[in-house]
Amino acid sequence: MSEAIDEKLRSELQRQGIWVTSVQELYNWGRKNSIWPLQFGLACCAIEMIATAASRYDIARFGGEVFRPSPRQADLMIVAGTVTKKMAPQIVRLYNQMPDPKYVISMGACAISGGPFKQGYNVLKGIDRYIPVDVYIPGCPPRPEALLHAFMELQRKIDSQKLSGENKAEFLKPGQPSEFPVPAFGEHDLNPPANKDVYHPPKLERV
Amino acid sequence: METLEQIKNRAELAARGAKIDLVVNPGPSGQSSLLIDHAHAVAVATFLRDHPALSFDLCSNVTGVDWLDRVVKKTTKVKQVVDSVEKEVDQVSEERIPGYLEAVYHLYSIKLKHGPLIIRMRTANRTDGARFPSLTPVWRSAELQEREIFDLYGIHFDGHPDLRRILMWDEFKDYPMRKDYVQPDDFEWEPTPHDQVLQRTKEHYTPRPTLDGAEQITSHSDVATPNK
Repeated sequence: MSEAIDEKLRSELQRQGIWVTSVQELYNWGRKNSIWPLQFGLACCAIEMIATAASRYDIARFGGEVFRPSPRQADLMIVAGTVTKKMAPQIVRLYNQMPDPKYVISMGACAISGGPFKQGYNVLKGIDRYIPVDVYIPGCPPRPEALLHAFMELQRKIDSQKLSGENKAEFLKPGQPSEFPVPAFGEHDLNPPANKDVYHPPKLERV
Repeated sequence: METLEQIKNRAELAARGAKIDLVVNPGPSGQSSLLIDHAHAVAVATFLRDHPALSFDLCSNVTGVDWLDRVVKKTTKVKQVVDSVEKEVDQVSEERIPGYLEAVYHLYSIKLKHGPLIIRMRTANRTDGARFPSLTPVWRSAELQEREIFDLYGIHFDGHPDLRRILMWDEFKDYPMRKDYVQPDDFEWEPTPHDQVLQRTKEHYTPRPTLDGAEQITSHSDVATPNK
């Protein structure tokens, strides 16, 4: 493990031409520099996501250029745009079909909370009601730089994930669910309106 | 384009028994419209489309409106004898107009380059099952928009080829654009609530933990100023 190596010793060894690393470091280095996002967009945020993938902003510099058209080949779901209640079950289904380890970026005000449509009847008030989200990007829509920043944050998160021990990554724990129940279309709303195991909104303490 | 009165008279002649009312718009746009009765709607619509002088071949927009009950105040001058002198006195009368559901069609003519002609259909009230004859057989472009009205307002269109919900899912029971629609209460958290949203989120507030009284000991008058 990387923390088991003395940093001074490691740099000294490196100076002598011996490069020391750990499986975890190598594994995470490989994972974080080749994140394949799922190719799907929902609204105007998707346009910014496309711009991020195109030549001017170029997400390929961070290893995220391989947008996959199938959830079975994707590591990252970028929820880019307004999630309507009619679309939400499909998003959860796509997430469930992605192989572990999988990550979610909630891009833009709508995907975070419903955004300007929060008071409406047809928009889901945040995708984190049904699936766990790793990075939130505020903005309406966020600029490509913001998506790149979120991508780098995600890389930092992947880099810090442990492969063993008490604090090992969630996806390595056998009891941890990697699939979440798909909400059903109810008579008045989605059923259930939020997955209680996933969604923990802050409590309002006011009189 | 002919005036609405001319179109109205022509249509009434062509579709026998049709009862068409002129709905005057007093606003700055002045877009008055024709109110068409249900029984002759398809005949009138076909006439508007096929008559060579009108040929409204494009139905560009169809939408629904939910009108609530409203009270219109009218002031009329009435001659009254006040203190043995005859005077003109304003008398206020209130007219209660029951609410109704409405479908509005905007028609244009590509061929003759005129329009819009606005035609409407209204129900008698808001409570009974709302039914209109579908104008999709006349203008194909009305198909999806009539489905949308059906979806959001619950107005049934008789003669529509494929009347299903279009935006909401099939299992959905409510009609969200109606004024009496009650939203599902899924407001768990609201960062900056105000107005109506504040009223709704208040029900989700958890009360502050009860204080032990310590906060009442120091008030502004007790606090010693550092200069003294």
